[in-house]
Parts: sequence; structure tokens; C-alpha cells
Amino acid sequence: MQPTQSSSVISKDSDLEMLLHILENKLQNIIIRLYPDKSGRAIYIEVSPDKIKDLALKLLELGFEHVKSVTGVDYPSENSIEVLIHVGSYLRTLRKYIVIIKTRLDRNNPRISTLTDVWPSSEFHEREAWEMFGIYFEGHPDLRRLLLPEDFEGVWPLRKDFHIRTRKPGEVEPPWK
Amino acid sequence: MEVEKVSEETLKEISREMFVVRDTGVKEEGERLLELQIGPAHPGSGHMRILAWVDGDIVVRCDPDIGFVHRTIEKLSENRAYIKTIPLVERPSLLDTTPMTIGYVNAVEKLMGLEVPPRARYLRTILAEITRIASHFYGIGILSIFLGHSTGYMWAFGDREIMIELATMLTGARITYAYVIPGGVRRDMPQNFPDQLEKGLRYIERRLKEWEKIFLMNPVVERRLRDIGILKPEIARIYGVTGPNLRASGVDFDVRMAEPYEAYDEIDFMIPVAEEGDAYARGLVRFKEIEQSISIIRQALKKIPDGEIISPQISRLFNPLMKKIYSESRRVKLPSLMATLKPPKGEAVARVEAGRGEALFHIVSDGSPNPYRFRFVTPSFRNVILFKYLIPGHRIADIPAIYGSLDYFPPEADR
Amino acid sequence: MERGLERGSVVFVGQIDVFVKKVISSLIERRPVKDIIEWGVMYSLWPVHLMTSCCGVELAAGYAPRYDIERYGSLPFVSPRQTNLIIIEGTLTRKMARVARITWEQMADPKFVIAMGACAIDGGLFWNSFNIVRANEVLPVDVYIPGCPPRPEALARAILMLQDKIRSQGVKREDIELLERYVGKRS
Repeated sequence: MQPTQSSSVISKDSDLEMLLHILENKLQNIIIRLYPDKSGRAIYIEVSPDKIKDLALKLLELGFEHVKSVTGVDYPSENSIEVLIHVGSYLRTLRKYIVIIKTRLDRNNPRISTLTDVWPSSEFHEREAWEMFGIYFEGHPDLRRLLLPEDFEGVWPLRKDFHIRTRKPGEVEPPWK
Repeated sequence: MEVEKVSEETLKEISREMFVVRDTGVKEEGERLLELQIGPAHPGSGHMRILAWVDGDIVVRCDPDIGFVHRTIEKLSENRAYIKTIPLVERPSLLDTTPMTIGYVNAVEKLMGLEVPPRARYLRTILAEITRIASHFYGIGILSIFLGHSTGYMWAFGDREIMIELATMLTGARITYAYVIPGGVRRDMPQNFPDQLEKGLRYIERRLKEWEKIFLMNPVVERRLRDIGILKPEIARIYGVTGPNLRASGVDFDVRMAEPYEAYDEIDFMIPVAEEGDAYARGLVRFKEIEQSISIIRQALKKIPDGEIISPQISRLFNPLMKKIYSESRRVKLPSLMATLKPPKGEAVARVEAGRGEALFHIVSDGSPNPYRFRFVTPSFRNVILFKYLIPGHRIADIPAIYGSLDYFPPEADR
Repeated sequence: MERGLERGSVVFVGQIDVFVKKVISSLIERRPVKDIIEWGVMYSLWPVHLMTSCCGVELAAGYAPRYDIERYGSLPFVSPRQTNLIIIEGTLTRKMARVARITWEQMADPKFVIAMGACAIDGGLFWNSFNIVRANEVLPVDVYIPGCPPRPEALARAILMLQDKIRSQGVKREDIELLERYVGKRS
């Protein structure tokens, strides 16, 4: 599921190139790979789950001081859940970029270290990711349900094996009747 | 999933818990704490529950309990075509629907590589600013209800109707427009629209002066809001607060400036910033933003170019009837191919500045007619964290003032 | 006992409270008193603040100056104890359905329910969501308003329809029974 990238399409400006250069130098031992998207405003960073805290600390040093979103993408065929963390900054030089951290977890036991001690803003997002995907954030101060009712039963609702009703083609009557 | 019926016993048990102030008996540092459950039924916009532990009159700890309007939009979109997700994206924040649709459609356009004609970009900008003014008036009205300032509510909602009427002229609906579609917009603006818009803007400008007298300079409002819920800039940065709440704390971040979308890079505007970071500053910033929005709309009306309102990549799929409708009444009928729109494999991120702050859209496409994963982060959801960290230390009577000043809209946060 | 009795006076025999109860219950059913009760209920339909979802935006606009539903004798109010109408504005999630039901149980009789918007009728846009409940599964609905969202005029129309319903069908029987029980306890 990688973005189709060819260097001619990516609109690289000098700022982006400098940022990519800095990131590559600073993170070279930690990350798996790093690439910008077509618009040149989002930078994807792939990392292994055990290095995520080091990466977070390094990004915080650079000035990415808050998390915009923590969520997952379920890939049942590959038996893995991808954690997506959107990181941003309010600094003038960095505010136009979003860094998207991607890491793959085992689908049967998705555990990852919490980032609330690095980025306190990820607290509620991690709670949501926990109830929607079952991603367990080790060390989270208050990991419990956020949006769903207290007595919600069943599998994690945003995983692909949680099916909701769908209307078959040509079906007029709603299926609950 | 079967819809579960709520049993009588559960109801009784919950009713005991929900609306009763109960003594938890928790003792901390020799003081007795009371657990106070505020909501979920309370005057204001939408619903959430605030659990506050109070020591006497002072809130010691606070925990927001959200999710009363969680409608599982991210899950539903995985079973819906790309086009049919547009109305779904509008529903969470029914006050400023256009920025949300712009964000989603921008992400789809990035996936498909669609170019938007300049006239459509300007029309989108105008409508987004109209709804921004309406959204800020709504926020001010709700803040007024929380303060017991009924005149503020009546005035704000009365003035909001002007902007809604203008948006109706442009789109045909009161608040759910679904005006923005991949590749352009659905309708061109009517002939008399610029005149009416100018009339409406002049009225709002005149009213803003009166608003200053009745709201901003009102001693009751000032005493209720000044030095309440002070959010320091460094805290706001760390907690990822967004929108007017952030700008009231002195951080001049605005997506329209940071990563211009639509026509914002061709328009001059300022980002109103207040330094105090208290509830009053948050209200003030909203008023200043209305002024800026008026200026943006005026510039956009002046600069709007003639031309197509839908991308040629879409309009070449039109059948003869659609072409006739488009050339005669400048309205876009979507070709049937759009219903099974299949963007190529890939990922796209888009963000917009909605009325309440930055909204983030991330679409993962696997080449099928439905999004494989659609992540949708609304500004209110990012501001929820403030309830936990801003309220402690204040009195119970200040909770409504802080809640109102954050302009928090639960359906938006819960999605 | 008989000291106060004079020739020609009437003596009541039996239990006075049973008598009063019977008289009142028969009076409540009769025209003038019944009419007054219905008239009073009709023009004081106060909805409780229970913004379940996004249709609340249009409700707020409805009670604002332009549409001004207040002129029909309806005013949103905070406490469920002093209100007699619930307007379900849009989607009812499972978490919120309980709250709606509890609020409804707390309200004094006679009470009414208006289901506003497509979501409250059959789910609307969110028909296949796993987290929603239809309004009629938790509350007895009197008037439905279609639309997504309905315009404020539609809400005003619904209030008028509810008034018509009260005028033509009267206040529900069980409400009168409750009233009787209340009067019976007092006497």
C-alpha cells in the first residue's frame, strides 16, 4: 500500500529537501525508510515498533511537539495492524509538514509502547485506538474506553472482521425490517 | 450487529449513578472530595458528561466522558462509495460543513490527481468563509447561553441566519450543502449573489459594532470570562490544541496560512491572535476572525475568475443531457461513473482549517470503490484534552464559562 | 357530635376521601375541567435540553428570532422535572438512548416525544451503524419529522401537530389515572 512515487511528480522545494536531509541524518539508525508524498507536505516514516520511542524523542527534539492523530489500519491478509501516528508542529518552519509514522504490529497481539510521556497530546487518541483496534499501549496512564458504550461487546469495531450491515445491490427495503 | 434493547434494571442502575451527586469518600490530603457528574443532559450544544471531583467549590480533578454522539463514521465510510461519504463527512460538524467536505474532497483529489478549475476553488473559498462566520456566531450564541446572557443567544442566532440565507442562495440547502464534489463544485453562483452577499456582509459589519457594546464590553461577560481558564502558549503547543483556542493563546497557527488550500494563497488576510489565553480572549478571537472572513469573502468576490466550475476530467464523462443542463443552468449532474469512483492505490492526507480548528483527513485506498480506511480527526476531538487539564483549579460556576469558550461541539468530537 | 345539627341540615355518611376522589375523577373527565387541562398542556409544551445529535443545530435556530417557535407556547428548559416534551434531535446512539430514556422517566406526566430527523425515524444516513438506536425502540413517539436535517419550520409544524393531537385526542388516559392517584393521596 505504498504511494506511487516517482521523483518527477514530487514537488520538492528547497525547504522540504533540507528537512528530509536533516531527518535522514538524525534518524538514520532508527528508521526503516523515509519518503515524502506527492504534494511534498506529508513525510512518511516507517519504523519498527521497538524503536518508536527513540524516534518520538528525536522528532520532539526537532520541534514536532504534538500529535494530530493516532490510529491504525487493519490488514487481515497480512496478519498485521499498521499504526499511523500523525505528528505536527506549530513552529513557523515546520508547520506546513505532517510527519506520519508507520509501524507494523502483530494482529493477534498488537502491543506498542505508549507515547504519552513524549507527546501528552496523544492521550485521547491512544484511548480511541485501543477501543477501536485493540492496540494496547504499554504504560498509558489511563487506557480505557472513550467513545463506545461501557457495555459494548464484540470484536474491535474498526478491524476488518467486524462486519456491519450492507445493502445488497437492488435491495430497496432496508435489511432490518 | 443486533441493536440491543436497554433493560429496565440497567436503566435503574444507571439512573442511580448518572444524575446523583454521590460521595465517593475519597480522602486526599485530609480533604473530602465529592464526585460531581455534570451532564449529559445540560444546556448547550450537544452532549458530553464532565466528571468533576470537587473539594468544596474548587474542582480538583476533571475527566471528560465523551462518545454520546459516536456514529461510527470511519467504519461506515469503509462500506460506502467515495461520493456517498461526502454527506457523511458533513454530519459531525453541522455548523461548518463546507471545510469538512473540502478536506475530504481534497484528499480524494490528491489520490486521483484531479485539477480543480480556479472558479470552483474561489466558490469553495467563499462558501467556506460564509460557514465560518455562521459557525463562529453559533459558538458565541452557545457561550452566551452558558453565561445566562439570553440576548447574546438571540442576537447570534439571528445574525447567523443571514449567512445561512446567503449559503442557501448559493447551494440550495440550509446547512448540509454537499456542494463540494471531486473536481469542482455542484453549482455556479446565481446572478444576484454578489450583491446580496455584499449586503449581508455590510449588515454583519454594522452588527459587529453593536456586538462590541452588548457582549465584549458587557461588564458581566467580562467578569465571567476574564482570567478564567488561562491556557499558556507552551501548554497549548504540547497538548496539540487547535483553532481559535490556540490562537487565543498567542500561537498564530492557521492551516489556511501554513498549508494554503483552495484560493487562500491568492488572498491577503491576517490571523487574529490574542495573548491572554483566557476565556475572554477565545471569544474575542472569534469576533476578530469574523472580520477577517468578511475581508476574505470580499477579496474572493473581486478576484473570482470566469470559467468552468468542474474539472474537464469529470466533464468529459457527461452524457448529452448532463452537458445541456451544465451549459444552460451551470449545474453539475454527476456522471454515473462517479458512483463507482475507483481512485488508484495509495494514501493521501489533507487538512483544512474548519471553524473550530484543524481537521485532518487520511484516506488509504486499495483501488476498490470504497475507501479501505478513512481517518477523520476533527478539531473538537483534539480540544477534548483541555477539559481534563484546563478546568481543575477553577470553581464549579466557571465550568460553563470554560466549556462555552472552548466552542466544543460534541457530535464533531465523537464523529 | 349531634350538638351542631339543626333541623334541615345534611349529614354526610361514609368516607370523605373516597367521595372527593370520585367527584374529582368525574370532574376531570367532564368538559370544562378537561378542556382547561388540555388547553394548559397544549400551550406549555416545554422541551427539555437534550440535544442528542446534529439536528440540535436546527432546533437552536428554530427557537431563535427568525423562526421563534416560542410564540406557540414552547420554550426549551433545562430540568427534566419541569418539562413535558422530549425532542430527539437526530441520531440516538446506544450511549445516548439510555440518557434519553432516563430523562423521559424523570419527567412529569403528561409527557410527549417528538422524533426529529431521518436518523430518529429509521437511522437515516447512519442506518447501518452498529452504535445507533431508533427513537421508537426506547420512547413512545408522538410526532415524527422527516428531513436531514429538517428545517426549523418543520419543527414548528410538529409542535402545532402535537397541539392538534392533544386537542383531538386529549391527554392520555394513564395520565389522568396518575392525576387521580395524586389527588387521592392528598385527600
